[in-house]
Amino acid sequence: MSHLRPVPSGPPSEEGGSDAAHLADLLRRSARGDEAAFAEWYDATSARAFGLAVRVLRDRAQAEEVTQEAYLDCWRQAARFDAGKGSALSWLLTIVHRKAVDRVRSAEASTRRDTAYGRRDQDVPHDVTAEAATASIEARRVRAALGDLTTKQREAVQLAFLGGYTHTEVATMLDLPIGTAKTRIRDGLIRMRDALGVGEVAQA
Amino acid sequence: MNQPLSDIHALSGAYAVDALDDTERAEFELHLAECAACRAEVASFHETAALVAETETVTPPDSLRQGVLAGISRIRPLPPETPETPETPVTSGPADELAVRRRRLPALLVAAAAVVLIAFGAVLWHPWQHDRTASIAGQVLQASDAVRITEPVPGGGELTLVRSASLDKAVLVGRDVPDAPDGKTYQMWLQKPGEAMVSAGLMPHADEPTVLDGEAATASAAAVSIEPADGSDHPSKDVVAVFPLKPDQSGNDAR
Repeated sequence: MSHLRPVPSGPPSEEGGSDAAHLADLLRRSARGDEAAFAEWYDATSARAFGLAVRVLRDRAQAEEVTQEAYLDCWRQAARFDAGKGSALSWLLTIVHRKAVDRVRSAEASTRRDTAYGRRDQDVPHDVTAEAATASIEARRVRAALGDLTTKQREAVQLAFLGGYTHTEVATMLDLPIGTAKTRIRDGLIRMRDALGVGEVAQA
Repeated sequence: MNQPLSDIHALSGAYAVDALDDTERAEFELHLAECAACRAEVASFHETAALVAETETVTPPDSLRQGVLAGISRIRPLPPETPETPETPVTSGPADELAVRRRRLPALLVAAAAVVLIAFGAVLWHPWQHDRTASIAGQVLQASDAVRITEPVPGGGELTLVRSASLDKAVLVGRDVPDAPDGKTYQMWLQKPGEAMVSAGLMPHADEPTVLDGEAATASAAAVSIEPADGSDHPSKDVVAVFPLKPDQSGNDAR
């Protein structure tokens, strides 16, 4: 990991530097019960949180429930956020993603997914807002980095992160030997991380 | 499913994007407690994944904002964790709820609950810092001689029994298993060759790894049944899973 440049406060990129610090500050104020700061935090991050939940769950009603649960957890746990260990945004999105994946893997949801599986493919159901997001500089950088992965790496990362599938399921879906999908996921993430200049996050 | 130790680092990517099953997740989190390189790598993957989410933004409806802001006005933010209380695990619920559980639960279940909190806490943010001691459940899951048997549950989901003969312990891990009906609970059983099933404790939350009471090395079978909330002396007919085991003849000598 020595090749990674250290980023003390954990902003994901140069562009997001001051933004990341501001978001972390909003969380700190929220931890002290500042509801206005939390409202600002919500407004600054909710399109990403909700978009991720929609992408994993493919169901707006469930995505709304998961996103709301995640924000309430955020409020409750804001004091536990440590800017030295990562950005506020990744903290939030990690919570949203875990909740969305837990939901999608529940017995009820898996039935729905099984029946929906036939018409699933790699295409994201973009809405107008998602289209607008492709115009953002950051999104363009990320798309370029995704495009630089090998096909198998990209598919593995997308199916795991955006599709909410386990690495074993991903292996089956991509006709990879069981046990190799996890390597593709890791290799893909390393390559993207380095391409996007994500700094090493300080660890306690 | 069982990862050779040398291979466990390779799970960092799948862990960071929540692509591990529950057992692998629990195993990897135990590994994270001891591996600073993996902790740093996972953190960097979380940042990377957050950027990927940048390509998927969708504006939520106003009703969601209203729901969130109405919700927080009724929730008290938790206090920060203080370094003076090293035993405080990261919990998804209020700390006093945990204290109640601690007083109420027998020691083994508390050990299992610690793993549960690591593995299934609603909010996970480097929880491994707080729980470096591998619990009994964790030791069993990581044991080199751990044997796994997975059985489907009639009501949905599956149960995995993990037994380590050398540790003389077994752990049950559920996945997508529904709660027992109202007023009922899951109860675990162990059987020695030629003997009747003996209670190995209750499993109130099927999706949480639970250590079985009793000597697992010499057992010839384990089972899970649905029983009245207080448990039973003998299993009812409502058995949801049976795990045939090979009794370890060396027994505890293998320790």
